[in-house]
Amino acid sequence: MVIHLTKENFKSIVLETEKPVLVEFWATWCSPCQRLAPILDDLAKDVHPHGVVAKLDVDDQYEIADEFGIMNIPTIILFKDGKIEDSMLGIHSKDTLKSFMGL
Amino acid sequence: MNQVIIIGKGPAGISAAIYLKRAGIDPTVIGKDLGALGDYKSTIENYYGFSQPIDGKKLIEDGISQAINLGVNILDDTVISIKDEGDHFLVNTKNESLPTQTVLLATGKTRENLSIKGYRKFRGRGISMCATCDGYFYRRKKIGIVGCGPYMKHELEYLSRMTKDITIFTHGNTLDEDLGFPIITEPIVEFLGNEKITQIQTNKETYEVDGLFIALGAPSSLEFANQLGLIVEKGNLLINSEYQTNVLGIFAAGDITGGKLQIAKAVYDGMEVADYIYKYLKDKNKKTA
Repeated sequence: MVIHLTKENFKSIVLETEKPVLVEFWATWCSPCQRLAPILDDLAKDVHPHGVVAKLDVDDQYEIADEFGIMNIPTIILFKDGKIEDSMLGIHSKDTLKSFMGL
Repeated sequence: MNQVIIIGKGPAGISAAIYLKRAGIDPTVIGKDLGALGDYKSTIENYYGFSQPIDGKKLIEDGISQAINLGVNILDDTVISIKDEGDHFLVNTKNESLPTQTVLLATGKTRENLSIKGYRKFRGRGISMCATCDGYFYRRKKIGIVGCGPYMKHELEYLSRMTKDITIFTHGNTLDEDLGFPIITEPIVEFLGNEKITQIQTNKETYEVDGLFIALGAPSSLEFANQLGLIVEKGNLLINSEYQTNVLGIFAAGDITGGKLQIAKAVYDGMEVADYIYKYLKDKNKKTA
């Protein structure tokens, strides 16, 4: 299941885990982001329980989006051990995202 | 409503049009130029059935004539955007807006490549290729847009709803039209900034910006991919074994799908994709009937 991130759960889900966490920064008005949604749903099932897939609404949770300087969406950031490991832009296949997570 | 709009009149697009036409479907082909073969400098010597080397431009033109002779409708126009309207797509060209059930992207791979220092560094750090994706981040901010044609105007129209502080950079091209925004025609030399782009350096002056949108030339398939949310891998559109992209109803064939950049491959793609579009339309219309 894809986890929806908020100010309240961001730290515990993304930063305080040993698992790789893939976060999509998205918005409801971003039509390409809608195309990524089914891919992320699939990915989340595939990588469970070794990795976490999450998304963050840049309008709702703009404080976090600003903190990471998000200026394009969809932006995908991979977190490992509480730090940014890598990031990419745009729509990608499940296989690409999976190997991006190192899984 | 069109059943199929094919974007690109090279070997993939035209072959698909010919096979579709013979299958009883009336495709509309939209092409702006002759693509990579139009200005291919040497002759072609490895394509089946020609005992003498052939000129690339001649081959492409003959392909177009062949399709026209079969009654295929070919429009000389530039596609600016493709919009997903739920149950159909809208293909917006320089001149008109065409509704269609399916789209075949056969645009080839020629792409305006921006070889300006700092371009790669700041892509995703203030430099964007897609106004509808990223314009929202620049509400009431100071932005630039690079371009000079209808594609730039299309992106500008969207961006002007987000901010009024826009400067147009034509990067050395002429633009004789008053669009209501300042126009800088000097060539851009470098993009500057630390974490993100903050300045544009031309051969004369430095301009401050919070963000920059690139809309040079005509949009390529990769820009359409941004607009529609198509999966792009290593610069190619990702398709399944039936030439479908991840958006149902959008197909792709030829160079833009990767593999060998050869006429024979593009022609084969065109033949194959015609079959799958035919099947798709038949299944779709069965469901709605």
